Amino acid sequence: MSLEVAVAAAMFVGVIAYTVLGGADFGSGFFDLTAGDSRRGAELRTLVDHSIGPVWEANHVWLIYVLVIWWTGFPESFAAAMSTLVLPLLLALLGIVLRGASFAFRKYSATLGQARLFGVTFAVSSILTPFFLGTVAGAIASGRVPLDGAGDRWSSWLNPTSLFGGVIAVGTCAFLAGVFLTADAERSHRQRLTEDLRTRTIVVGLATGAVVFAALVPVLRDAPVLGEGLTGRAAPLVVLSAIAGGATLLLLVRRRFRAARWPAVVAVASVVSGWGVAQYPWLLVDEVTIVDAAGASSTLWGLLVAVGLAVVVVVPPLAYLLRLTQSEAWTRR
Amino acid sequence: MLSPDLLVHTVVQLASAAEPAGLMPARQQMALSLGWHIILACFGVAFPAIIFVMHLRGIRRDDPVALELARRWAKVSAVLFAIGAVSGTVLSFEMGLLWPGLMGTYGDVLGLPFAFEGLAFFVEAIFLGIYLYGWGRMPPRQHVLMVLPMAVTGIIGAYCVVAVNAWMNVPTGFRLVDGEVTDVQPWTVLFNQHAFLQFAHMWVGAYMVVGFSIAGVYAVGMLRGRRDAHHRLGFIVPFVFASVAALTQPFVGHVLGFGLDERQPAKLAAFELAETTESPSPLRLGGVLVDGEVRGSIDIPVLGSLIAMNSPTAPVPGLDTIPEDERPPVNLTHLAFQTMVGIGTLLAAGVAWFWFQRRRGRDLLERRWFLRAAVAAGPLAAIALESGWVATEVGRQPWIVHGVMRTPEAVGDYTSALWWLLGISTVIYTAMTVGAVVVLRSMARRWRAGETDLPSPYAPPVEELQR
Repeated sequence: MSLEVAVAAAMFVGVIAYTVLGGADFGSGFFDLTAGDSRRGAELRTLVDHSIGPVWEANHVWLIYVLVIWWTGFPESFAAAMSTLVLPLLLALLGIVLRGASFAFRKYSATLGQARLFGVTFAVSSILTPFFLGTVAGAIASGRVPLDGAGDRWSSWLNPTSLFGGVIAVGTCAFLAGVFLTADAERSHRQRLTEDLRTRTIVVGLATGAVVFAALVPVLRDAPVLGEGLTGRAAPLVVLSAIAGGATLLLLVRRRFRAARWPAVVAVASVVSGWGVAQYPWLLVDEVTIVDAAGASSTLWGLLVAVGLAVVVVVPPLAYLLRLTQSEAWTRR
Repeated sequence: MLSPDLLVHTVVQLASAAEPAGLMPARQQMALSLGWHIILACFGVAFPAIIFVMHLRGIRRDDPVALELARRWAKVSAVLFAIGAVSGTVLSFEMGLLWPGLMGTYGDVLGLPFAFEGLAFFVEAIFLGIYLYGWGRMPPRQHVLMVLPMAVTGIIGAYCVVAVNAWMNVPTGFRLVDGEVTDVQPWTVLFNQHAFLQFAHMWVGAYMVVGFSIAGVYAVGMLRGRRDAHHRLGFIVPFVFASVAALTQPFVGHVLGFGLDERQPAKLAAFELAETTESPSPLRLGGVLVDGEVRGSIDIPVLGSLIAMNSPTAPVPGLDTIPEDERPPVNLTHLAFQTMVGIGTLLAAGVAWFWFQRRRGRDLLERRWFLRAAVAAGPLAAIALESGWVATEVGRQPWIVHGVMRTPEAVGDYTSALWWLLGISTVIYTAMTVGAVVVLRSMARRWRAGETDLPSPYAPPVEELQR
């Protein structure tokens, strides 16, 4: 593996981690929004608060990690994507800001009115953010981001691949969140809530699967490079994702909620990996390859040092935090 | 006919006419988002250490007052860190969205410090989660230690970010050959000579902002007659931090200024409002430059040379030595710089007086005028910090990377529609500020009313349900 590809791979690990960990946090906004009026939804909203409260900031940092490696390792392509995709990125950013701020504000709201206002803001922005980030991914994967940064600021992300990418991102996040929330609800012995979440997660899973199926033909036509990769080199990952998604649903149906978390993670991680493998060796599809986009090699080595350091100093405490939050002791209120 | 003068005049006019339409809104956008974030960044840097001291005191002395203060501060920090995290993300995006020329050309030169800053922030966010949710779920002695990584990583993160800014002031770690960036040495950027002092200045400033702000909250309480152990302790611990910082800052700032005449002579000339090179140079208090003449300043002879150049005779190089198209907006730079220095001096004198009186057995906390001043100290420190950033950033103009890249070259290809973004951002930042103030005040109100846990009101209160 060349130095450039190693750095790109490290960056892509961040993309996967953000999709899985950050995605589950964003997805909980879907369940929060659809939890019903303040009386009916109180239990679920408390659960959401409790589940993502300790982790969302740490999970959010994966996005920063990706951005920093991108602009440091592949500066020109970063500038190009930022220039062309300014609109969806600003909208995603708006969602990120509103989500984080209103989530924190809601937790300490004094009145129901405030909690409602911040809660709706939190939930809606949690759905919008993955949508717009999905359109960004679609724009890059369908080769609509020229290296000179002068791509069309509208059609670059308002196209079949981007729109399906956005919807699939929202669905995937909600599915992941549903699986984790159901397991959390079961662990805290909330029977009715567990059943309710189980049903809704299964529906979300089926709906997302249907969207993915519906997207196949238009995306393959709209993004030929991606399509060729997904049906060729990345096909095993796509199949793995489908199997893992099916297994998750099956485990949900059989009420094996704790076990369902693992195939859910595999399903999402492998479909995202599939995207990466499919568009390899392009960084911006049809525009610039990973090797050609790379910055100075001394900097790439520096980045690998940083990534190595991250493995040593970030991963252990992160694993500790995630383990704590998934433990019995932390589920007690 | 074209006289040389007219030609120069026309070229200058053309240059400003050719200024990209997106430049001004991009600048203001950056100023807004950076200026807003920097206050919260201060809390990220300084608050954990202050919480740690309070929490440790609570455990060591089995002091319920200290424990309760630490617990409340942890909750406050949860709110502040959340909005700090998202407003920091805004900056990450804006680096690319607003300044693709900078990032595209120099991303691999300046990026590595950001990578380490990212790591530091990662660790800080993880331990924040563990600490906040660890109350009552972990053994106390183990729990309090969870703050320490936050305190350390806050410092590392601040160093890394400031290292990039120091690099923008004194670029290093690359060569320009025929306009191409080569020979990139990212570690030289991370450990550039100027970074440490600039970081020290910011770090100490963060302790001033946070220490004075928190102490001020309890000063308000004392002014309203709440003079219990809770308020005295809540005041004094952050005030000690702020005092040490306020007394150190003038020296750090002064040392940071050494050699500015060689590094960035235009910035120094603007700081000192030196229109011409005078020997010895006066210290100009206040004043503005109007049509090339200094108006309304109070000049103290020789002091300018002494402070800026460490010499009774050496002149501060004047603006007349700087080509016209390389001069920063002088008045804003000068006034911002002096606001910072003035407030800093005032705060240092104030804390010195407090501790001096305390040694003599007089407690100024009994004096209402002192408490009022202590309430004002937090906002004043914040103004000083903002002024300092305005001074150094505006003073570097027209360069985004001093002597290497001009700001107009860095800005993205935007029309004046970018002003809309600024308008929307202003609304959002205002809303976030209001939200934070409302929530924090309501927390304080409920704490005063005797609540401790602050459960969120997702459902109507029970009595309403029964009705």
